Amino acid sequence: MSYGAYIPRYRIKLEDIAAVWGADAASIKKGLKVNEKSVPGLDEDAITIAVEAARNAVKRGNIDTSRVGAIYTGSESHPYAVKPTSTIVAAAIGAEPVLTAADYEFACKAGTAAIQTCMGLVVAGMIDIGVAIGADVSQGAPGDALEYTAAAGGAAYVIGSSDLAAIIEDTYSFTTDTPDFWRREGMLYPEHGGRFTGDPGYFKHVTSAAKGLMEKIGSKPSDYDYAVFHQPNGKFPERAAGMLGFSFEQIKAGLVVPMLGNTYSGSCMIGLAAILDQAKEGDRIFMTAFGSGAGSDAFSITVTDKIEDIRNNAPKVQELLADPIYLDYANYAKHKGKIRV
Amino acid sequence: MTVARFWRKIPHRYNLIGTHCTTCGEYYFPPRQMCPSCRRDGKIESYQFEGKGEVVTYTVIHTAAKGYANQVPYNLAIIKLDEGPSLTGQVICEPKELEIGTRVRPVFRKLGEESEKGMIYYGTKFVPE
Ligand SMILES: [Zn+2]
Repeated sequence: MSYGAYIPRYRIKLEDIAAVWGADAASIKKGLKVNEKSVPGLDEDAITIAVEAARNAVKRGNIDTSRVGAIYTGSESHPYAVKPTSTIVAAAIGAEPVLTAADYEFACKAGTAAIQTCMGLVVAGMIDIGVAIGADVSQGAPGDALEYTAAAGGAAYVIGSSDLAAIIEDTYSFTTDTPDFWRREGMLYPEHGGRFTGDPGYFKHVTSAAKGLMEKIGSKPSDYDYAVFHQPNGKFPERAAGMLGFSFEQIKAGLVVPMLGNTYSGSCMIGLAAILDQAKEGDRIFMTAFGSGAGSDAFSITVTDKIEDIRNNAPKVQELLADPIYLDYANYAKHKGKIRV
Repeated sequence: MTVARFWRKIPHRYNLIGTHCTTCGEYYFPPRQMCPSCRRDGKIESYQFEGKGEVVTYTVIHTAAKGYANQVPYNLAIIKLDEGPSLTGQVICEPKELEIGTRVRPVFRKLGEESEKGMIYYGTKFVPE
């Protein structure tokens, strides 16, 4: 029914991170296909980002929030270990108190799991409308490869059965027990399986879910005007698209990672928002999210004529990316809480 | 601030819920349950402020209270909402972007926290429009 995104205003250039660690910025930028990444404000976390994205979605669709029957927020950086982010979102968008709410965790695909849950509840007639959010302020340990891409941002989708700006035709998931990336309870930064993260993790799951969905509904890459894949860096989604038979033209509009970094649970969902910002009636969109651990959710979407009515009611992704404030590494470390006061 | 005291103020901190007297047209933030002008004749209803307004005066805080230590320096301003009432709030921007009369809009941010293991307080701050 509607969608909204939010990206903090601060950025750091990869050169400034590389300089601190004596690394070669040019080769890192080329390897990752990322130029800069977003950094949360001192007073921003996954909750404030989830609220801002949800408010943008409500505003864009002019949604009566008393109709919201469910809110699910996916994140791997929920500020509380116990105390759901979704309860604070519910209060902040005026959806309290008659609704169900819970938080999801599945590395970078917790937000698309939230979309699937809302779809199920709406189709079953258990709720009128649901709000699914992916929001993260992801962390990489100082000096670790993840530090070059771990970024902040989020997106929210209002899921219902009438006044649709886009129709989710079907979804398909592929999940296995794969130790490519993890973070233990109480630890500040995640660990990853090095080279192991690519083939058995990202590529296997993304391509399996994508192929599975296209087989299930009888579609093929050329049926789609746009495609968006999880974006841990600029290279992976481009390669996954190529493996599946999608062109760079199809993924270009949703490829936000070069100027944004990897927003984890927000990644694919912000990419989809960037596509919806420009898609026309009848356009078809193919989306596949990936979460380490590991799993992928694929979606086939068709845009309706209602998109034109609501599109300009809230900030577009390219507007959120514009006019950033650049931080140096010292201020960046302060923003990320790497200096603990 | 205690957890209970914060919890009672959630509606007005998150969503700027104040009150409006339909008898004389006055708006109140923080909310008042009795209109001081109309007294018993006042009809008070709940009102959600849009949160747009302008900076009346401001100061840059360099030494912060407990729980705000990593936020310094920050701008504390008195903001006159478009409906009339004034409130004190933080305006997030470089001090040079801020002057008396700057138009602002509301954003949802972390206000502070009790301690590393305590509650996190969320609410409304402002950014230049
Ligand atoms: Zn009155």
